[in-house]
Amino acid sequence: MSFYFVQFVTGLSSACSLFLVASGLSIIFGVTRVVNFAHGAFYMLGAYIGYTLTDRLSGVVGFWGAIALGALAVAAIGTLIEMLLLRRIYDAPELFQLLATFGVTLVVEDLVLLIWGPSELLGPRAPGFTGAIDLFGQPFPTYDLLLIALAPLVLAFLWLLFRRTTWGVLVRAATQDREMVAALGVNQKWLFTSVFALGVFLAGLGGALELPREAANHTMDLQVITEALVVVVIGGLGSVPGTFLAAIIVSELNAFGILVFPKISIVLVFLVMAIVLIVRPWGLLGRAEAAARAASGMVLSRWRPLRAEGRLFAVLALAVAALLPLVAGSYLVGVATEVLIFMLYAASLHFLLAGGGLASFGHAAYFGLGSYGAAIALKACGLGMETAIVAGTVLGLVGALVFGWFCVRLSGVYFAMLTLAFAQIAWSIAYQWTDVTGGDNGIIGVWPSAWAASPARFYWLTLALSAGGIALLRAITFSPFGYALRALRDSTLRAETIGIERRRVQWMGFVIAGAFAALAGALYAFLKGSVFPDNISISLSIDGLVMVLLGGVGTVSGGIVGAAIYRSLSIWVISHTDYSKLVLGALIVLLVVLFPKGLVGAFEAWRSVRTLAGLHRQNP
Amino acid sequence: MSILVVEELGKSYSGFQAVRDVSFVLEAGEMLALIGPNGAGKSTCFNMIDGQLAPTTGRMAIFGKSTAGMTPGDIWRLGVGRTFQVAATFASMTVAENVQMALLSHHPRRWPALRWAARYHVAEAERLLALVGMTDQAQRSCGELAYGDLKRLELAIALANDPKLLLMDEPAAGMATRERHALMGLTGRIARERTIGVLFTEHDMDVVFGHADRVLVLNRGTLIAEGAPAAVRANAEVQAVYLGAGSLYGARS
Amino acid sequence: MRMFSAIVSSAILAAGFAGAGPAVADDSIKIGEISSYSAIPAFTEPYRKGWQLALDEINAAGGVDGKKLEVISKDDSGKPADAVTAANELVASDGVAMLAGTFFSNIGLAVSDYANQKKILFLAAEPLTDAITLSKGNRYTFRLRPGTYEQAAMLADEAAKLPAKKWATIAPNYEYGQSAVAAFKKLLSAKRPDVEWVGEQWPPQGKIDAGAVAEAIAKTEPDAIFNVTFGADLVKLVREGATRGLFKDRAVVSLLAGEPEYLDPLKDEAPEGWIVTGYPWNAVSIPDHAAFLKAYEAKYNDYPRLGSVVGYAMLKSAAAILGKADSADSEKLVDAAEGIGVETPFGPITFRAIDHQSTLGAFVGKTALKDGKGVMVDVAYHDGAPYLPSDAEVKAQRPQN
Repeated sequence: MSFYFVQFVTGLSSACSLFLVASGLSIIFGVTRVVNFAHGAFYMLGAYIGYTLTDRLSGVVGFWGAIALGALAVAAIGTLIEMLLLRRIYDAPELFQLLATFGVTLVVEDLVLLIWGPSELLGPRAPGFTGAIDLFGQPFPTYDLLLIALAPLVLAFLWLLFRRTTWGVLVRAATQDREMVAALGVNQKWLFTSVFALGVFLAGLGGALELPREAANHTMDLQVITEALVVVVIGGLGSVPGTFLAAIIVSELNAFGILVFPKISIVLVFLVMAIVLIVRPWGLLGRAEAAARAASGMVLSRWRPLRAEGRLFAVLALAVAALLPLVAGSYLVGVATEVLIFMLYAASLHFLLAGGGLASFGHAAYFGLGSYGAAIALKACGLGMETAIVAGTVLGLVGALVFGWFCVRLSGVYFAMLTLAFAQIAWSIAYQWTDVTGGDNGIIGVWPSAWAASPARFYWLTLALSAGGIALLRAITFSPFGYALRALRDSTLRAETIGIERRRVQWMGFVIAGAFAALAGALYAFLKGSVFPDNISISLSIDGLVMVLLGGVGTVSGGIVGAAIYRSLSIWVISHTDYSKLVLGALIVLLVVLFPKGLVGAFEAWRSVRTLAGLHRQNP
Repeated sequence: MSILVVEELGKSYSGFQAVRDVSFVLEAGEMLALIGPNGAGKSTCFNMIDGQLAPTTGRMAIFGKSTAGMTPGDIWRLGVGRTFQVAATFASMTVAENVQMALLSHHPRRWPALRWAARYHVAEAERLLALVGMTDQAQRSCGELAYGDLKRLELAIALANDPKLLLMDEPAAGMATRERHALMGLTGRIARERTIGVLFTEHDMDVVFGHADRVLVLNRGTLIAEGAPAAVRANAEVQAVYLGAGSLYGARS
Repeated sequence: MRMFSAIVSSAILAAGFAGAGPAVADDSIKIGEISSYSAIPAFTEPYRKGWQLALDEINAAGGVDGKKLEVISKDDSGKPADAVTAANELVASDGVAMLAGTFFSNIGLAVSDYANQKKILFLAAEPLTDAITLSKGNRYTFRLRPGTYEQAAMLADEAAKLPAKKWATIAPNYEYGQSAVAAFKKLLSAKRPDVEWVGEQWPPQGKIDAGAVAEAIAKTEPDAIFNVTFGADLVKLVREGATRGLFKDRAVVSLLAGEPEYLDPLKDEAPEGWIVTGYPWNAVSIPDHAAFLKAYEAKYNDYPRLGSVVGYAMLKSAAAILGKADSADSEKLVDAAEGIGVETPFGPITFRAIDHQSTLGAFVGKTALKDGKGVMVDVAYHDGAPYLPSDAEVKAQRPQN
């Protein structure tokens, strides 16, 4: 019995350390509606700065002073980023802030490497909390007890802050009605900045408090960000007590789950999230999102098919692209093939995200299913490349059919997080089901049929399928079905009132997007000759979002331009520097600030201004 | 036959009774106004009738069919048009495409996925836009319309399924006085020509009494008066409610 | 217009790619090198220093066959797909004579398969997976480091000498952890049929919930623990385990934990008495090592890690292969590499013709604390050869051409 109690308390301490970092994320999202991807980076910075300070300051006061100073330093950095970066883009489409904070994360990762070096840094243990006490005959770390005491204190502090202070009342009012607070003469800018600073302070504190438990290292940020995000969502967005509850549930399930299934940890949080969201679409303690925010801050411009001029360019572009292998070497042709595949992948996500207003955080699931479907069909079933590509596409389609059915029951960020959960579940299956998928060692030897084996020929095949796919997606966008999907995005209320069945139409849209992503994934398998769980990874899902957002979510096909630019750039940068994250991250931040409508969006805005100016000149 | 029958309709939110025991009928071709001070429960009534909210108690029937458990889409398919207090339209489409979208939905068929949506029901959309006087704006982007035009567009959308019942929640909100009268005059004319029953709410009492055939007065969720405009205007209780809440007539009358 | 901007931007990028190849002198031999520099710098940085040292030495001694040796190095950002892109650039654009490097097993496998497809020699440096020489082995791939099976076998020998009967395992939940545990279990059970396996934990790589895992293992009351976790996970496990008394009165056998890359971050909390594989850089008595150590310390003012030795030996092997083949032709290179002998800081090694695995070995010893730092004591170098699979085993597992 005592073992189970100790295991419970152990789970509790993990829950508390998770809550400390997740609470900040929850607050920031609750008030500013920013999905702060950089939260993990701030957590990591807290650990590293804390390490440096504990190294300099000694003694009890020195240690705790260092922890507090570390968290404050991180809060200062966060405040600076909020003022210089986020403030400029609060009015940009939702998710654009995600892109910006993703860029910040990349930059921070490489800066940490440059400043603190590559090795893990083990800090001192907390003075006075170095040992263990006897808990029912078992030694239990006193530091873990400290964390268990600290988390409820933070929870209570936050509760009082939001319920019992003027600042808290204003913040809550701003959450519900921004205009009203602005009308009251409250400076909303500073309200947001202060909330962001508080949230980042908690992230830094969480990181610094980890020092006595683990070494500061380079992967801390990504380890914590998904888990923190998942906990916030399970608890219900913006509900700090919900976050606390979710952290406890997840940690206890893990502590006891590993006794029965020692391999469960890898997928546990995502399983819990999927189940919670299916049963309670707004998380444990969350409330229904007031109004769909899809359109807020997003100036919906009119979508129209390509006119004669545009079609001419499309044909020209295709002709130029088809001639490429005649002038370029096989490496360049290989890169171009990869770029084309990612254009199709981005176009499929763009169709869903821009055309349907459905932000998928797990689009890589279908890309990966396409890859695995093709590889398994080729290697295990002995089918040819042509059939394997079809098989991969079909597997992705079926996956989208199953996952999508659940996902379209939700909306907004909850929809996004359920797609993420399914993608991670698919990922862990690929990672674990060694007999079929080869586990993390993947499936190798997935090469094209002889007729398509040369780089040029495979490029032409990819060009045909990608261009065809993109054209088809555009055609669907302007078909009655695409209009119905877009009608739901523009005004769900109006669309449902004129008899458009939301779930059915969005489900279909989800499946179409999934199938095209799977086609891209199948092609990718043959380009690389191998398939790995990486093809379903979160980072690939995020890459998709980056490409679409860079292109412009308000445009018809900005995603393909975003993909062409981002993918080419990243291949080029990775090939030329080890600090590719620094370069790419800085570029993303720069582009976000310069082009809050995305590259294509900015281009269209510029052109329409010019056209108007031209009209004025003609008609004085 | 009554096209809309509402019996003992009630709605409560966690203890708060927003609407209580509301019963009335609407006849074909009739302009019925539902009025009452802010918070009287008018929008709640509308949202229950068009299927967005499930009533806590009571029954409703449209064209003799019970609407229990129906979604807004189901009710649209019965032949009911709806406009909203805050205009709800598709901002990334043109004015004509907005109407075409409604027409596409009204004419159920296997939508061939690959034909351009903008080529369906062109003539029909033109006719509806002409009806509300928006022919010259058909190709404009919906996102750049003036608010009054959006309201007229909503009316055209609401007429796309050839409805026999129109539910209009403050159709003229946000418009200038002259526009309000024009819009309601237009609505009344269309309703009479096509024998459409119209249930509408409106704040401007001049508009209400100028265009309604009959008036329902709602206060704190309960119907307190019903009848011809003149009779309602003379009703002491109605006057008290409106005097208490502000002014019923304003300085104009 | 959208299309137009796409054309323009891709044209600009294409120009960038086309001009990307560095201008090189014709009288040099180029080796394409790929590793996870940005993903796992703690291990790949010392490795890079190692091969750079070897490169300097080789070129100072006149290069290979009078030609200067040149290494074009690429980062794979820890992703197999990016590694294949890099390999393709090195082969198709830079025209390298052979490929070398890689750290992660799955990246090693992806590049190995690419090498097989493009018929170019690939010298895998660090990947530990046994598949690369056995079940997924191919004509063009050679591997330098002792694989998972070999190292597990070295430890199983030592473990068999312990009195412990009840064993538990902790390993990261992926192929490396799984094959290490499988090999260790198989070999120890064969030597000691009385051994009982009482518990196992499989934390996700990099995300160990150390407290819960430590308690779960303690609950099974093993006499000894076989650990495969490393890096940040190992640090957490050691701290939590030590505080919770997990390692008290228990023998611990731990793969790789004696490598400076993993042992040094633990500082004065490094565990004592663990039986580990690793690299005791200041206690190696092999003569060739002394020269290497001296040169390394002189060049970098730092001590070498195991990765440094691997990088150094990798480039020496590559130079030896190129020198022996006296040609840039892949088939000739492969023929030259089969059975070739190379001098390394750990003494002479041979790349076996039958499975393309080198006989590089590893050090086995016990961890101890000295001057507030973890070190290895009672060290013995185990040559790889005796731990490699027999010809019959290779023939059964490795695809025959």
